[in-house]
Amino acid sequence: MATNISSAAVDGRADAKDGGVALLALLIRLRALVALFVVFGFFAVLAPNFLSLGSMLIMAKHIAIIAVLGIGMTYVILTGGIDLSVGSIAGLSGMVAGALILNGLTVAPLGWVIYPSVPLVLLIALALGGLIGLANGVLVTRFGVAPFIATLGMLYVARGAGLLLSNGTTFPNLVGSADYGNQGFPLLGASRVLGVPLPVLIVVALALAAALVAARTPFGRHVYAVGGNARAALLSGVRVARVKIAVYVISGICAALVGLIVASDLVSAHPASGETFELSAIAAVVLGGASLAGGRGTIGGTIIGACVIGTLGDGMVMMGVSEFWQMVIKGTVIVAAVVLDQLQGRFVGTKD
Amino acid sequence: MSLLSSIKVPLRAEGVAKSYGATRALRGVDFDVVAGAVNVLIGENGAGKSTLMRILAGVERPDEGRLLLDGEAVSFLSVRDAARRGIGIVFQELNLCPNLSVTENIFLGRSVSAGLGIDKKREHDRAAAVLARLGAAIDPDALVGDLRIGQQQIVEIARALAEDARILILDEPTSALSDSEVATLFEVIAELKRDGVGIVYISHRLEELMRIGDFITVMRDGALVASVPVAEASVPWIVEQMLGETGGLDVRSAANTPGAPVLEIEHATVRRPDGMALVDDVSLTLRAGEIVAIYGLLGAGRTELLEHICGARRGEGTIRLNGERIERLSIAARIERRLLLVPEDRQREGLFPNLQVGGNLAMSFLDQLAPRGLISRLSENRAVAAMIGRLGIKARSGATLIGALSGGNQQKVVIGRCLMRDPVAILLDEPSRGIDVGARAEVFATMRTLSAEGLAILFTTSDLFEALTIADRVVVMAAGRVTADLPADVADQTGLVRAANGIPLRPPAIAAHGAI
Repeated sequence: MATNISSAAVDGRADAKDGGVALLALLIRLRALVALFVVFGFFAVLAPNFLSLGSMLIMAKHIAIIAVLGIGMTYVILTGGIDLSVGSIAGLSGMVAGALILNGLTVAPLGWVIYPSVPLVLLIALALGGLIGLANGVLVTRFGVAPFIATLGMLYVARGAGLLLSNGTTFPNLVGSADYGNQGFPLLGASRVLGVPLPVLIVVALALAAALVAARTPFGRHVYAVGGNARAALLSGVRVARVKIAVYVISGICAALVGLIVASDLVSAHPASGETFELSAIAAVVLGGASLAGGRGTIGGTIIGACVIGTLGDGMVMMGVSEFWQMVIKGTVIVAAVVLDQLQGRFVGTKD
Repeated sequence: MSLLSSIKVPLRAEGVAKSYGATRALRGVDFDVVAGAVNVLIGENGAGKSTLMRILAGVERPDEGRLLLDGEAVSFLSVRDAARRGIGIVFQELNLCPNLSVTENIFLGRSVSAGLGIDKKREHDRAAAVLARLGAAIDPDALVGDLRIGQQQIVEIARALAEDARILILDEPTSALSDSEVATLFEVIAELKRDGVGIVYISHRLEELMRIGDFITVMRDGALVASVPVAEASVPWIVEQMLGETGGLDVRSAANTPGAPVLEIEHATVRRPDGMALVDDVSLTLRAGEIVAIYGLLGAGRTELLEHICGARRGEGTIRLNGERIERLSIAARIERRLLLVPEDRQREGLFPNLQVGGNLAMSFLDQLAPRGLISRLSENRAVAAMIGRLGIKARSGATLIGALSGGNQQKVVIGRCLMRDPVAILLDEPSRGIDVGARAEVFATMRTLSAEGLAILFTTSDLFEALTIADRVVVMAAGRVTADLPADVADQTGLVRAANGIPLRPPAIAAHGAI
């Protein structure tokens, strides 16, 4: 629905006529927040230990991972694209970090092995994520490949590359060594500042920055413009191809960051890490009110969406819901969110 | 004429009227479709031709009046219903599926069934027979997407004929065709006439109508003003009928003395992928404070020329903006140099449906609002409010949803977006399309004000009245070429209409004419 005018990108308002309908429309518009309260309240009452500090901290980390992926994904979806490769990029990024810490970089002709310091390792992994995003963006813009296909291909390529790095085995015990000067990798996932896990602080900072960029910079506006009407954006002087490439780069960097956080948290890198993460990220974005057609959605919405997905997952685990039922319930919630999205259109009188 | 003695009228409209809201599109029109003849329908945009045609073909039902098919009153339920009774229509926009074969397209929606499946053999044979009847060398198994536009048009006609149409309505069938494709189409039409098919032919191209028409009906403002055999009509007479009393036409006095050249276009040529020139060696100069109208028919290459100038379409030739060569620059770079386009199709090319009025207005101006990276809300709101006031856009504030505005106000928003950039030249493609008369007057008043402030304005129109009243200078295009370029106050209407039909008009001849 490219011509959806039901809600403004940045600050939509529904002009419903009658009070009851207005309230319902408001609830639907704030559906992600409502869902979060419902899910949270449900588990707070029914799941043992749900409100304990320990489980809250674990849940916060899970939410952080979905949220970081979701932030990048929000930009991509706002332009009308999709990025299926984020889970694989996360996996690859962790594997690259693991390989650099354990095996170092071999400079082939001289036979030297260099062990980069941890900050450099992080930088290399993030740059790699950005590069893969760049490849996605170039495929989409210069070669006209549909985003779904380009990033689906990259999903396989990046996952395969991660497996190749270790021949399919895990890089264990990524603590580094004082001899090589590459200690400290686990700090990224394990550090706490005033009792708050570092990944949570990272996601808060990232979300604030991303929300500011989306709402208040020319680039952010251009992202909404490309998703709303790419042709009009082009004729208005928006460099559409550059904007599209940029959002895939951002998404790739976010994915790489997630890979690093996960590997650091576990102090090991597993090649299958991050599988199906892309689906959680897309679910968070959609729950947060974004339209897959592009042009509509907010970073704030995505963060709430990530909270819903994360809370739902951990809450069900704590309640001992079987893994199979968990999948059924998650799927239902996602579809229900999209159905509500369509209903919202009707309540505010969307014209097509 | 023998034609007149043996006249047969299988389809007749009597007193047909139709309104859309407050707009009266048709005011009681009588129209006869003569069998074995080309019945031409002509009139300016908005004269009611399309509405009449849509009623004849069953797309719409009249509010008043009736249709007589072979003398009996009929009411068509749908296009399919009309088609079953032998009335076929080919719309101006091709409605084919490029991914299907010619045969599949011809039988789309009315497959010949064989039990549960489709009788492909019979469909193929019937498609081949229809194409043969049209004298077209088109393979029924070819993919429509692989055919040239002219051939696709023939497939459309074949589709209309596959149900044994006795009446065939063609809406501006030649607007997208090359000369040789037009020649083929005319052979097809001659063939159909011999078979006794009554053809309703809508076109703006006068010379073309004179060539193939048998009867000509002129419409103006929803009413029929004249209906005569073509032999009794002439081009000047038709133009006079189309435009009506034009004595009181408010021709713009050359109030502004044009300034220095702002936009200089030399030898601009834009080609279709198959090599056909859409814009063919066009040169023109636009001066500061000058309004130039590009008048022409659909398919004359006007939109392509404007898209080429603004950077949205690649072509040959040079373009100078204030002396600087810009033909290799991107759209964004040309906008930075303050040359902007208001596209023809607001919904598809102009508006961001997901943004508010303010967001739509500011889109080309964002870098100026964000000197330190962040858009200043204060400057943005101020700039948006100023533009809303300046153009009289009827929106409560910049936060109003763009979809809540009327067509005319939406058009002003797109124009406002260009003005935000403080342009030196703007290009407007059919600025009056899809807006009501009042809004049109406002848009044109705005254009005049802006030109008085020194802005150079180039706009396209298919309305001669618009061209003559708003512009300082009228450039006429036909088949991609400039066929006339003269001041509006010396332009004569018949000459311009002829020029739009491809008959070049030389300024000296016109000057002499004006002096008479």
